Amino acid sequence: MTLPTIAPAACVAGSQSEFAAALLDPQRAVPAGLRTWNGSDPRARLAVYRNNVVGSLVDALAETFPVVQQLVGPEFFRAMAALFVRQSPPGSQVLAHYGQDLPSFIAAFAPAQGLPYLADVARLEVARVTAHHAADADAVSDAALRLALASGNRMGELRLVLHPSVATLESGHAVVTLWAAHQVEDVGDIVSVDVDVPESAVVLRAGLDVLVLRAPDGAVAFVEALRAGLDLGDAAARALAAAPEFDLTAVLSQLLAHGAVSSLDLPPRLTS
Amino acid sequence: MPYIATRVRTGPPAPEAAGVPGMAVGLPRRAGIGLKPQHLREVLDTRPDIGFFEVHAENYMVDGGPFHHFLTRVREHYTLSLHGVGLSIGGTEPLDESHLDRLDQLIERYQPAAYSEHLAWSSHGGTYYNDLLPMPYDPATLDSVCVHIDRVQERLQRRMLLENPSTYLEFEASTMSETAFLREVLKRTGCGLLLDVNNVHVSCTNHGRDALAYLRDLPLAAVGEVHLAGFARDQDADGALLLIDSHGSPVDDAVWGLYAHVIATLGAVPTLLERDNDVPAVETLWAEARRADEAMRARAEPRRCGMSWDGA
Repeated sequence: MTLPTIAPAACVAGSQSEFAAALLDPQRAVPAGLRTWNGSDPRARLAVYRNNVVGSLVDALAETFPVVQQLVGPEFFRAMAALFVRQSPPGSQVLAHYGQDLPSFIAAFAPAQGLPYLADVARLEVARVTAHHAADADAVSDAALRLALASGNRMGELRLVLHPSVATLESGHAVVTLWAAHQVEDVGDIVSVDVDVPESAVVLRAGLDVLVLRAPDGAVAFVEALRAGLDLGDAAARALAAAPEFDLTAVLSQLLAHGAVSSLDLPPRLTS
Repeated sequence: MPYIATRVRTGPPAPEAAGVPGMAVGLPRRAGIGLKPQHLREVLDTRPDIGFFEVHAENYMVDGGPFHHFLTRVREHYTLSLHGVGLSIGGTEPLDESHLDRLDQLIERYQPAAYSEHLAWSSHGGTYYNDLLPMPYDPATLDSVCVHIDRVQERLQRRMLLENPSTYLEFEASTMSETAFLREVLKRTGCGLLLDVNNVHVSCTNHGRDALAYLRDLPLAAVGEVHLAGFARDQDADGALLLIDSHGSPVDDAVWGLYAHVIATLGAVPTLLERDNDVPAVETLWAEARRADEAMRARAEPRRCGMSWDGA
């Protein structure tokens, strides 16, 4: 009886693990078993792979976080992003969602402590990319809306289903103002933004465009209550509890106008 | 186990489809370009006369939104090539079945005329490195690559094209040449060859080899698609020229020269102009595609007899 020849495969696996580990750690020794045709030190050639890996992942983060990059400058951003890449490389081949953990990395990143709003701006940019790629769904039709508005004293029982792209964000800083100030060619006078004014945002995709809406008081609590499955009446009550000045008509109109609601149902009346 | 059957496809027909054995419908024997997000609206508005568009599969593995919206519109007017960069066929670990599921969904949805991947690895130990990494060419790796390609072709119910890599390093463990390795993979799995002519030039330069000999050593009849791209120049520790497969510049004259050799043998062949960095205007890429089309037109019919290009 002959044993299966597992030795070569194990050897290959070992070398691939070693090669992989060397990619993210520039201090690590050059893996054994590398060859160059001219006998040159393989380190310089390994550096091409090391640069490709870290550089391409930093590029991917730069695409997701353009405003964070503008706020700190490209040099700072790339250095910070490279540290993040080495600490939290992607686990998936789909890079559209790589960088979801960058906001918490920034929050704990000592050199960025001078910009206390930076992590929340990063959270806003994550929400934008997530909304950009979220599943498609039609907005609630006018007919369904008219029917729902005619439901009279049962209106509070309406169940609103949010569009898959809808996200909310609450910040102790003026994240929406900061973000909006970086959406024009001429960035303008950043100094005039009072960064310590708390702001909240509702992010969603309307058609092909991602919108960042400044959320009035109670709006985030209202949207999250709808997401949790509360009916319109209970969601409004929760929003009012969170913010007494919550204006249901204004917030609901804005959400409907931007297609944030994809269906609106009145559950059948229970018969006793 | 070679893959035989082909899936019946719908959508626009691919005229003059490449005659890859076992592939009933392939890409048109013309030049195509990579579809870049920044060009989507212009492509749809102007509908340039381009043979096909190629997209990176992983970019479209998202639930919804503009990427799918625009690719659906583009697909209504053009033949598509689906090019994967993340399957890690050369990896020592089993293939990621969830990634194969995502590929299957994309193929169902967009009915591409070709699906291709690289002879490389990109994932290991749960980390995705976003690069095409090298491997030793030895019997164990050969077995593993063939098992992976068999699985891909079985799962996706179609023949795939395997792309020759650009590499910067080699392994002491290698017991065969890259071309011998590729020949054996093609023979064992029945997959086709995506011949990246830029990679041939880059790798042969980087390892002190003769690019024409490399081409002669490949079964060019298995080519289902050709890639052309630009490279960047660097140097190794001894100051020797080291070419980087950067996809960030026009196709080099040396690569056009090798391409002329390829089409002298094959005649017209689906040819992609790749540009992934410093992407210029559509018109610039289209001009490169026209150059490839003109080169192919000058060699419209494959030589079926007589002297082959290498003079043998």
